[in-house]
Amino acid sequence: MGSAYACLDVRMTRDLAVHAEGLVRTFGDVRALDGIDLTVERGQVVGLLGPNGAGKTTTVRILSTLLAPTEGRATVAGFDVVKQADEVRRSIGLTGQYAAIDEYLTGRENLRMFGGLYHLSPKYVKERSEELLDWFDLSDAADRPAKTYSGGMRRRLDLAASLVAQPSILFLDEPTTGLDPRSRLGLWDVINNLVAQGTTVLLTTQYLEEADQLAQDIVVIDHGRVIAHGTSEQLKDQIGGDRIEITVSDASRIDDAVRAVRSVSAGEPLVEESRVSAPVSGGSTVLVNAIRALDADGIEVSDLVLRRPTLDDVFMSLTGHAAEDETTAAKPAKGRRGRGSK
Amino acid sequence: MATLTMGKPQMMRRPLLGWTIHDGLVVARRNLIQTVRIPEMLFFSLVQPVIFVLLFAYVFGGAIPIPGDAGADAYRNYLMPGIFGQTVAFAAAASTVGLAEDMHKGIIDRFRALPMSPPAVLVGRTLADAVRQILVLFVLSITGFIVGWRISNGLLPAIGAYALLLLFAYTVAWIGSWVGLHMPNPETANTAGLAWLFPLTFLSNAFVPISSMPTWLQAFAAYNPVSTVVLASRELFGNPTGIQPDYWPLQHASLYTLISCAVLIAIFATLAVRKYTRTTSR
Repeated sequence: MGSAYACLDVRMTRDLAVHAEGLVRTFGDVRALDGIDLTVERGQVVGLLGPNGAGKTTTVRILSTLLAPTEGRATVAGFDVVKQADEVRRSIGLTGQYAAIDEYLTGRENLRMFGGLYHLSPKYVKERSEELLDWFDLSDAADRPAKTYSGGMRRRLDLAASLVAQPSILFLDEPTTGLDPRSRLGLWDVINNLVAQGTTVLLTTQYLEEADQLAQDIVVIDHGRVIAHGTSEQLKDQIGGDRIEITVSDASRIDDAVRAVRSVSAGEPLVEESRVSAPVSGGSTVLVNAIRALDADGIEVSDLVLRRPTLDDVFMSLTGHAAEDETTAAKPAKGRRGRGSK
Repeated sequence: MATLTMGKPQMMRRPLLGWTIHDGLVVARRNLIQTVRIPEMLFFSLVQPVIFVLLFAYVFGGAIPIPGDAGADAYRNYLMPGIFGQTVAFAAAASTVGLAEDMHKGIIDRFRALPMSPPAVLVGRTLADAVRQILVLFVLSITGFIVGWRISNGLLPAIGAYALLLLFAYTVAWIGSWVGLHMPNPETANTAGLAWLFPLTFLSNAFVPISSMPTWLQAFAAYNPVSTVVLASRELFGNPTGIQPDYWPLQHASLYTLISCAVLIAIFATLAVRKYTRTTSR
């Protein structure tokens, strides 16, 4: 009877676009991934959300066969990423943080080269390249070396290159990092379009707004572990309903403000410079109570709002630090120290 | 925005070796397009050997006697195959730097995530670097002709000499690729990639006869494939060879060159492919 279960198991894995179990990856002493479980169904868009160094890129690199896991296993499109790497590669497209195109080749030459390396027929590659150049609005620049492209154009060409073979699964590693807002919106449009046509997408981002915009399902990771998982709404509900947010005019009185907020809140307040926020329950009466508490202490307020939680709040309450905080903390200080001490 | 309407593509099936050649040619084409798009780099890679020709022909030439040939143009005829040998040996540096640059950029990640044959990136690199040497040899030959170098043994042997030189270029390109894969960044590749080439090319018969060297050095120079490819070229072009000390490679220069190229390609292609498949970028 065991074989029936095995059969079922195989079929389930095949129906999943991505299935990872207990992925661990160490680099020397650093445990970049500390047991990641991840499931992406076909046609789904899953956002992998976390600060720099959380393990997002490492996860994508393992799933796209660029890196072998130290422990655990993963299948993509039903194929094992280690044992069936070539089959995985035929099913996926990958767009990384840095435009992975040849800058001396023109846009058209880039697409044709990658098409050739996907082992597609020259006739197909030729037609597909034109279609993609047109779709990504690159036809006018198709015969210019990619070196002359703007950041947004490069990223579009990069994405186009991932799509030459019409992969059923697309990995996007921070697809809009470093782009201006207009290019970002353009790229979101493209991604939404691909999803509408049935492409499965796993994207990583440190922008909460982006995960909110694009992904149906969000997996929050920090320090190589999954710390939360659900739809954007579920995650927001998880930390309670509305939040009150107060900005004090005089930052030195923030501690008094925290005390006042605590008297009306349903959870622990979070402080950022002169702003304090906390989950509340009870709607607008809370606002009145908060104003009374603040007024009683004589605390002047420059802003006071009641709002739905953002993913920022989710991240804060899950990790105890803001999503983008670690970005600045992790970067080594630029410039040389002790220049004056000759 | 329009939708993409093309049907799902069929990936072609072919035996693995066929794909390695196919993909290698695709990558080689890419590397050669780069050469055309950066004319400055091509220009300076031509200028350096031309300067060497002029320097040696006019500055050092008079001070280096060629045993067994006292003609006025003896040194220039002796020199040119030496310059050819030295120049194609330096093709290795281009492989080192080019590969170090590729490994440093995101493009290597895309190559790795494609269902292409993994050795193709290296096959394409070495092929392109060897093909580029055809142009270099052509320009050098014209320069040599101007300073008085002559081919005096007929066309077929001369073609043989050029073929040997290109085979040697392909060989060192594999060594250079292997070195490039060990470089942490392109800047280091630019210096370290060249370091081993100076002793290799100067401890040979490229510029001075081996018979003029101290005995302990003669042995190294005699087994150095740079010496034998240069000597074989001299013989095939009909240029003066000097008098050869009694070492087997120098008595069978063409054969020794063919054997050493085959052995070196086998060793370094294996090492480089293994290193490439194990290294992850950045």
